[in-house]
Amino acid sequence: MGLLQISEPGESPDPHTRRLAVGIDLGTTNSLVATLRNAIPECLPDEAGRTMLPSAVRYAEDGAIEVGHAALARRGDDALNTITSVKRFMGRAMSDLREEAAARYQFAPPTEANRGSIRIITRHGEVTPIEVSAEILRVLRERAEATLGGPLYGAVVTVPAYFDDAQRQATKDAARLAGLHVLRLLNEPTAAAVAYGLDQRSEGTFVIYDLGGGTFDVSVLRLTRGVFEVLATAGDTHLGGDDFDQALARHAFASWSLTRALSPSGQANLLAAARVAKEALSTDQTATLQVNWGCGFDSALEVSREQFEALTAPLVERTLSLVRRTLRDAKLAVTDVDAVVLVGGATRMPQVRRALTGLFGREPFSDLNPDEVVALGAAIQADQLAGNTREGGAAHLLLDVIPLSLGLETMGGLVEKIIPRNATIPVAKAQEFTTFKDGQTAMSLHVVQGERERVEDCRSLARFELRGIPPMVAGAARIRVTFQVDADGLLSVSAVETTRGVRAEIAVKPSYGLSEDEIVGMLKSAYAHAGEDMQARALAEARVEAQSLLGALETALAADAELLSAEERSALEERMQHLAHLVEGDDHRAIARAAEDLNRASSEFAARRMDRAVKRALTGRTVNEVL
Amino acid sequence: MAVTLTEAAANHVQKYLARRGRGIGIRLGVKTTGCSGLAYKLEYADASEPDDLVFESHGTKVIVDPKSFAVLDGTELDFQREGLNEGFRFNNPRERARCGCGESFTV
Repeated sequence: MGLLQISEPGESPDPHTRRLAVGIDLGTTNSLVATLRNAIPECLPDEAGRTMLPSAVRYAEDGAIEVGHAALARRGDDALNTITSVKRFMGRAMSDLREEAAARYQFAPPTEANRGSIRIITRHGEVTPIEVSAEILRVLRERAEATLGGPLYGAVVTVPAYFDDAQRQATKDAARLAGLHVLRLLNEPTAAAVAYGLDQRSEGTFVIYDLGGGTFDVSVLRLTRGVFEVLATAGDTHLGGDDFDQALARHAFASWSLTRALSPSGQANLLAAARVAKEALSTDQTATLQVNWGCGFDSALEVSREQFEALTAPLVERTLSLVRRTLRDAKLAVTDVDAVVLVGGATRMPQVRRALTGLFGREPFSDLNPDEVVALGAAIQADQLAGNTREGGAAHLLLDVIPLSLGLETMGGLVEKIIPRNATIPVAKAQEFTTFKDGQTAMSLHVVQGERERVEDCRSLARFELRGIPPMVAGAARIRVTFQVDADGLLSVSAVETTRGVRAEIAVKPSYGLSEDEIVGMLKSAYAHAGEDMQARALAEARVEAQSLLGALETALAADAELLSAEERSALEERMQHLAHLVEGDDHRAIARAAEDLNRASSEFAARRMDRAVKRALTGRTVNEVL
Repeated sequence: MAVTLTEAAANHVQKYLARRGRGIGIRLGVKTTGCSGLAYKLEYADASEPDDLVFESHGTKVIVDPKSFAVLDGTELDFQREGLNEGFRFNNPRERARCGCGESFTV
């Protein structure tokens, strides 16, 4: 028996037509699910009233899989079978793992078959990060279905702005595995902006400051005509609220002059007490850090807010310097920023808010629960994508952009960009290519991502082959290559030879992808090397052109040498040798000049060949047959 | 007669109105649709029309259009929890049958 929800005026759904859609924040430390109830986005709590589900999965002795609080509680004594922070492994290869992460679990050795992908060995056998994430998503889906009283139509799942193709694809695969229909993947900072209704503005520049439990991300978003563009993003994958707990714990440990090193459980007790004190200090001026060591022995320490802020000032400053750097990357001044949005539980600390107010000269947005804001924004987007909002409808749909250009390798190791960086998605672009050699029947396509002009400086995403091209002279075949990026930022590439319709395609599913640092690094090096890259491009293009001309002339000479006198022939061959020699060097202007010269010198030869071909074609035919 | 809210329903309507940030009350109505002929409408009210009937219940304005009132007279809107689910329920003395989903009904 259904319970009714309040709708916006004029938007009451017809019976049985409301589609249940949710937003999911699949976080490193915690995950949440939210939906629109009574036209207001809300995070859905579990039976105990908790909205946050710890992103922890334990593969238990009895074959059961525990997710959330139950799993987290056993992390201490069943560490190898309790997977936390699995988001750090999504879409990555073994070779991407940092040492300390690699030490936390047992991993299956990389093999040919698994293409170096990450497999964690648990007592249930090998599990992939996608499967672990799917367990978390499954629990959230079941919670939503129990709450909303029916199967879900679909979900919007959020991902960090810097997630690349492989990481996004892995997230989408995890959702599918959990039985969720993914309406869209949405960038986390974009979701936070939507939760505050910033997408309703006509335009603006926003800074999203996301200080979570273990990670820090800052993004600069620009909204123009309904399109959110990520201008710059940066972060520290090992800086978060936990570091504030540790600073306080170290202070307490030092002031108690404890002489012995702490046991793991003692450490856990101390950290938990520090966390409680930290949270109290967000509202109170003083708090007491109290640790019960067991055996009737306990310690207590009074901490003032000033002391705590002094202890953690270096941590806050680290985030601020990243904020300033991100603004510099986006070529913006603090005065260009229209709004600052707080995300993550650690932004409740007054010193964080004060520091941001000081930097931007305005109060950050903080009305919504910072732990929930990303899921809330995703829920709003999910409701719109499910078609529940009649007014506005598709006009409200958010658009995102691709973070790095996508292109193809062309002759000479150059990149032909098909879809430029910051193109709004979904997008499809086609470009025609042709064959390089006479009679060429296959073409190898190499899909790359990056801003640089040379393939070796970009990221290789996929390779595939188009076979069955009908043999033709070089340059005659028409091969149409289409790049398509769907609304989730996932790429598929197809190639069609248009005269015969032979076709090949590939969905880009690399086994691992780029890290945030790599993306930032690639963008920077593109700017730094712009001039050098253009030189390299000009040289490579001149070489390709020259080689193509030389190849054509060699073929022609082999076929029709008798059309030339001995002097003509040796003059031509001399020029060809000169050009072949220049191609070995790196003066693109000299190559271009010599090629131009050879082209002119061979034009008479080309004309005679054409005459002969026409005569041959006409011989023995009547005028009627030819016309 | 009148259309009323239970105290729980009124509290929740007030809470949602506050979070929505605007609205003068709640509008109850009926539309002809669904497998049993009629369906309930429950919407935020930003304004009332001259012909509307306006009731006040536990400090919350309840607005009903005259056509719907013929079917809704005597109705009490309640707020209930069922496991994890929670929401509003129309207790309508004129309702004779409803479809299994509770979204549509007959009088």
